[in-house]
Amino acid sequence: MSQSNASSVDYNFDVVRQFAVMTVIWGIVGTSIGVLIAAQLIWPVLNFDTPWLTYSRLRPLHTNVVIFAFGTSALFASSYYVVQRTCKTTLFGGKLASFTFWGWQTVIVLAVITLPLGFTSSKEYAELEWPIDILIAVVWICYAIVFFGTLVKRKTSHIYVANWFFGGFILTVAVLHIGNSMVIPVSMMKSYSIYSGAIDAMMQWWYGHNAVGFLLTAGFLGMMYYFVPKQAERPVYSYRLSIVHFWALISLYIWAGPHHLHYTALPDWAQSVGMVMSIVLFLPSWGGMINGIMTLSGAWHKLRYDPILRFLIVSLSFYGMSTFEGPMMAIKSVNALSHYTDWTIGHVHSGALGWVAMVTIGAMYHLIPVLFNQGRMYSIKLINVHFWLHTAGIILYIVAMWISGVMQGLMWRAVNTDGTLTYSFVESLTASYPFYFIRFVGGILVVIGFFLMAYNMFKTIYAKDNSLKPVEII
Amino acid sequence: MTMDYGTLRGLIALLILALFTIIVVWSYSKKQKGAFDEAANSIFEEDNDKAKLDNMNSKQESNKNV
Repeated sequence: MSQSNASSVDYNFDVVRQFAVMTVIWGIVGTSIGVLIAAQLIWPVLNFDTPWLTYSRLRPLHTNVVIFAFGTSALFASSYYVVQRTCKTTLFGGKLASFTFWGWQTVIVLAVITLPLGFTSSKEYAELEWPIDILIAVVWICYAIVFFGTLVKRKTSHIYVANWFFGGFILTVAVLHIGNSMVIPVSMMKSYSIYSGAIDAMMQWWYGHNAVGFLLTAGFLGMMYYFVPKQAERPVYSYRLSIVHFWALISLYIWAGPHHLHYTALPDWAQSVGMVMSIVLFLPSWGGMINGIMTLSGAWHKLRYDPILRFLIVSLSFYGMSTFEGPMMAIKSVNALSHYTDWTIGHVHSGALGWVAMVTIGAMYHLIPVLFNQGRMYSIKLINVHFWLHTAGIILYIVAMWISGVMQGLMWRAVNTDGTLTYSFVESLTASYPFYFIRFVGGILVVIGFFLMAYNMFKTIYAKDNSLKPVEII
Repeated sequence: MTMDYGTLRGLIALLILALFTIIVVWSYSKKQKGAFDEAANSIFEEDNDKAKLDNMNSKQESNKNV
């Protein structure tokens, strides 16, 4: 190494490349399964009378693939990239980083095999059985060692804010996963939770909501704090706000879980705590969203020609929408209408397709050319097409689910003057069919977008090094 | 002196409030501004270094693409 400048650090980008490519692949798989089960709700015959293809088995596969395969691969890729670049040092632990890649992919493949076979602990977002849970814990602890080890040997004095969010996410997910997955195994693929009754429910949603709060929020905020300023070529709007954002978000999120258990056997006081904490969460969430969007302050024109930046900024708009909608739905009286209806599904997808997927897609379009020695993606035009397909898909999806959900809530609670129910459950289901179809169409648009992304990615990877020059803007 | 559970919880809540206030005051103090501006711009440092170097050594062969 003849040059002694900062960029001569021998970064470990191999593992970042692997995770980045798998992010896109799993994005296709996860959303395709989603479309299949959306279609099954309209045409039940699509389960082909095989137990492996029933909705009940494919639905957890869909959530596991999009959250843990697509989303978490993106988090691995971006955290490994950002921690190296901002700490100006290569990853700690040598081969351990590579182990986290192969270990994590093994976990996903095992999920793809065991869930359709019907092996499940029946805990939402934690369905995988105990041997796989142990593998997850081992891989995750290695992830923590690699990440925090890199922070320890950093060449810079300050730890950039994105790393705080990544670190908070890694640490908390370890605690959540190990805490919620405590079981007594009775055979190789069957176990029982050590928690019982309402305590089991509380543990489950302490885990479940913080999978949302730390994995799908804090982790992706880490991504946001690096890639939005990078793509906009301006520092984050307020670094001080980002510090307050971090501490406020992590200290509040952990309490919000009980809002999943309104009007259940959970003690009333716990439900109220969950409701109040969820409402307060609105503040740090919007603080962070404003911080991200205002990074563009003075450079709004960039949105006109940069579809990658558009992905990133629109993701923040969806984040703002979801984090307004979420606290509102956590209010008990609103929850009485929304719970168990399609409104919840709409809310989740506004967060998952809008916030998580869009910030990931934007970050990956920024990252892939850097990782594969190119100045830009193969086709900027295709990124733009992807943006509009994805946006249109989400809007069809969430609007359909809002209408369907509110309608279901109103139909289920409607009573005649003599106190009997106005509608049977099947009547509300029949009324939902048109919206299920709109959702299905929206899902197809999202999947097509992901296929375009994969095409664009492979064209970029296989292009000759540095043959794709960045576009000069006048 | 004995303290019941409720009082303990109240004190913990106050402690957390105080901690949060300290974090806000610290992060918004004038003293930190310079360091934070530097931190916010740190993610662009490497690109600048690289651009400078590329200009300086434009005739020199580089064997690294990163």
